[in-house]
This record gives sequence, structure tokens and C-alpha cells, in this order.
Amino acid sequence: MFKLSLLSLLFCLNAHAELRATGDLGVVIERAKGSALIINTSKQKTLAKIEALGDLSHASVVFSRDQRYAFVFGRDGGLSKIDLLQDKVAKRIIQAGNSIGGAISQDGQLIAVSNYTPGGVKIFSAETLELIADIPAQYGDNQLSKVVGLVDAPGQRFVFSLFDANEVWIVDVKKPTTPVIQKFKNIGKQPYDALLTPDGRYYIAGLFGERGLALLDLWNPETGVKRILPDYGKDDEKLPVYKMPHLEGWAVAGDFMLIPAIGQHEVLVIDTRQWTLVKRIPVIGQPVFVMARPDGRQIWVNFAFPDNQNLQIIDAKDFKIVKSLIPGKAVLHMEFTPRGEQVWVSVRDDNQVIIYDTENHAELKRLSAEKPSGIFFSSRAHKTGL
Amino acid sequence: MRYLIIALAFSASAMADKAIDSPSLERQQELHNMLAHDCGSCHGLTLKGGLGPSLLPKALAGKSDQFLVHTILEGRKGTAMPPWKPFITEQEALWIVQKLLK
Ligand code: HEC
Repeated sequence: MFKLSLLSLLFCLNAHAELRATGDLGVVIERAKGSALIINTSKQKTLAKIEALGDLSHASVVFSRDQRYAFVFGRDGGLSKIDLLQDKVAKRIIQAGNSIGGAISQDGQLIAVSNYTPGGVKIFSAETLELIADIPAQYGDNQLSKVVGLVDAPGQRFVFSLFDANEVWIVDVKKPTTPVIQKFKNIGKQPYDALLTPDGRYYIAGLFGERGLALLDLWNPETGVKRILPDYGKDDEKLPVYKMPHLEGWAVAGDFMLIPAIGQHEVLVIDTRQWTLVKRIPVIGQPVFVMARPDGRQIWVNFAFPDNQNLQIIDAKDFKIVKSLIPGKAVLHMEFTPRGEQVWVSVRDDNQVIIYDTENHAELKRLSAEKPSGIFFSSRAHKTGL
Repeated sequence: MRYLIIALAFSASAMADKAIDSPSLERQQELHNMLAHDCGSCHGLTLKGGLGPSLLPKALAGKSDQFLVHTILEGRKGTAMPPWKPFITEQEALWIVQKLLK
């Protein structure tokens, strides 16, 4: 009897000590070591390090809707499900040879992974990581294309682009074992990444092989993919691109969207009512991430090699640069806290994550991390397209 | 006679090494970091391939040093491979190629 109550007391204490909420947690990828840090954005501290996650160059993360699990997509085709409550890997599989990213379905039940080799998308149960559907990105003469720009969209759909085939596919997974695929061909040469507007309506793919972007209205898919900004910068020399930009911006200041130009040292401001270019903001280098603070007031921009020590901040009020920072060697990624008062910045070659106050751009704190790259906060769990 | 052959072989290999006047140790480390991370952003951290093709010895077999050095320095027009000439000398590119082929 005594023994039993002691045991239950111990259990209680233990459970109490481990009580942890996950709404203010996040994951920092350590790309060289194949590990990830679990961090807390309220306490600004590292809670745990999860190891043996494989090749994490170009790794990305999505979160389960209950914000308990982080799904890490590794370059080597690894898909790891990390339990943020227990600081451990709940499940891990190798699902392909070479992989680029992933998404979680609207209902949180499915994980989709986009692969380079074998080119295609695979769909897994978020619960068990069992394979549910395999969608090879077949085109032409039985070739497989690399798949990029995979996002989740309303209506239990995934949307992605075929880099080698110049196509965009919408996959409806309401019946996950028999996905329904709608293909759009000749959307433009070499789509390299894509974004979904936060309302889930527009899917926009950036093109590497030609000028402009490809736009698909998911409310009216029958109207097909349209080209926007077909001749921006066509009279300018195309500058070399030492790192592919990412499209992860979204509409800011109401009707305007900011995206990185490619082959031009500019951020483009697009009026989303007519899909016209309203401004080209000159910046210090080839922009990689152009990210809006959650309230849309500021846009933070980082850059490709050899300008990757810099960050520039654009004010949405007049689309002018208000501040330039030099955080350190190889600034790779940034992530805003859910309501945007802080931004966390990874500085790869300095082995640091720097936390800034977004209001006055002051440095608040540094955390050490080994070759940190992507930073992902659990607030992404409730955002479409991230 | 046998000694002579060994001596010859030795001097030939010494010459081959000479030809790629190795970068300083510090620069080697920089190039190493660059290969893993900056080249790695397209070719993968382990150079197994990504948006750009695999740069592992198997994938590069049969391609001449000169051709690969040229690709690194000049890039390839019409593809995502950019020219690295502004940041890497010809010697350094040759050093990288020999490293890739090993
Ligand atoms: C922005 C992306 C990108 C970066 C960064 C990049 N490459 Fe490439 N690289 C490519 C692509 C794409 C190709 C394939 C070109 C083609 O289709 O012919 C390529 C091809 C090559 C080839 C020729 C391979 C073959 O089989 O012929 C070599 C060698 C190479 N890259 C070396 C490098 C080195 C060294 C670096 C870093 C200093 C580097 N690359 C950085 C995209 C990149």
C-alpha cells in the first residue's frame, strides 16, 4: 500500500516536472551534424538536441496540428517525426534517395514529401508514417522530374511543380489511396520553388529558365496557369545566382506581395489585384528569403553567397529599406515569433542563432548551434501553405 | 634498372603533385567549407546531388579535369550552375576537382 502510494507520488511529481506546452516551441536545424534543436521562443532557450536525423542540408519542417510533433524532411530522403513533448524521435523512415521538402494536409492526417530522386511525391500517414500513395512525376518519354514547391492547399489538396517538366500538378487527396491529379503543362521553364498566398487561393511558381512567374488561381483552376511579370528585368543583364531563392513571402500591406527577383539584386513588389509589378527595390545581393513580419509591416531579406553576411529590412509603408544589419558569416534563414515581436536568425558559419527585436532591430540574445540553417516555429502548424 | 623505374615513377608523381600547387591550409579549409555548404546548397551537403547533379567520383568518372575546371570557373549557360571565377582561381578549381575525383 505504502509502496503503491509512493510510486504514484513519484509518478505525479515526474509528470508535473515534465509538463510542457508546445505552442511556443520551435526547431532549429543543424545542417552539418544532422541534428535539430528544440527551442522555446518565450524563454529564448534551447531545450534539447535531437540527433541522427541524416543529411539535413536543405531540410524543412512542418508541424502536426496539435503542435506536438515536428516532421523533418531531410535531403537524403529521411522523414523524421520528432516528439516535442518528449525530446525524442517518435518515428523515422527513409522514403526516397534525394528529397527537397514536404507539407502536411489540411486535416493534419497526411504528410506529403517532394522528391528529386526518384522524382515525385509520396504521401504518408502522419500518425504512422506508413506509405499511402506514391505519385511519380512522370513526363515525356517515361522520365521522372524533380519536384519542387510542394504546398498544402484548402480542399485537402497538395500542389507542386515539376522542375524538369515545366508543369504544375494539383493532387486532391480526399480519398488518399486514390489521389486525383490535375496537370497543367507548359507553365514556364524550370519552376524552382513556389508559394501559396495565405488565403490559400493563389499558387505562384518562380521560373529559373525564363522571365516571370507562373500563377494558378485555385478558386478557378479551369482558367489555367497564367504568366505574370513576363518581362521584368528583360533589358538587364542576368546576374549569376549562387543560391536559389526561396518563395515564402506573402501578401503584405494589404494588396501587395514581395518576392525575390532571380538574377537581379532586387525585391519585387507585386500588386495582387492586377498581378502587375509596381516597384523594384534595389538590395545588396541576390535575395534568398523575403519574409514578412506576421503583421506585414516589415519585410526581412537575406542573401545568397557572396553577400550572405547581410540582412536588409524593408518598411511596407513606402517599400524602402529602413535598416541593414550584418549578423555574421552565412545568414541562412529567419523566423518570426507568432506575433512578430522577435525574429530568430541563423548564422551558419558563426554557429549562432541571433534573436532580434523587430521594433528597434536590437540584438536580444544569441544561442549557440552547430551550423544552423532552417528555423521553424510550431505556430506554422495552423498556417496553410507553410 | 629497377631503381631507375621507381625513381622515375616517384619523380612523375612528384610532378603531378607540383602541377596543382596546393592552396594554403587555411584556404583549403575555406574551400572545404565552401564545397560542403555553398556548392552543397545545389549539389547536396554530401555532394550526392540536389538541384545540381551528383559530384561523387562515380558521377564524374570519364570527365576530364579540364572540362570540370572549366565548368566550375565559367558555370554553364542556360543551367543553374553559376560561374565561380570571381571567387576561385584556376588552381583552386583544379584542387577542388582532384578532391572530387578522389
Ligand atoms: C545554384 C546552384 C548551383 C551551385 C551553388 C553550384 N552548382 Fe555546380 N551545377 C549546378 C547545376 C544545375 C549543374 C548541371 C548543369 C548542367 O545541366 O549541365 C552543375 C554542374 C556542375 C559540375 C559538372 C558536373 C558534371 O557532371 O558535368 C561541376 C563539376 C559542378 N557543378 C561543381 C560545382 C562546384 C565546385 C560548386 C561550388 C563552388 C557548384 N558546382 C555550385 C548547380 C549549382
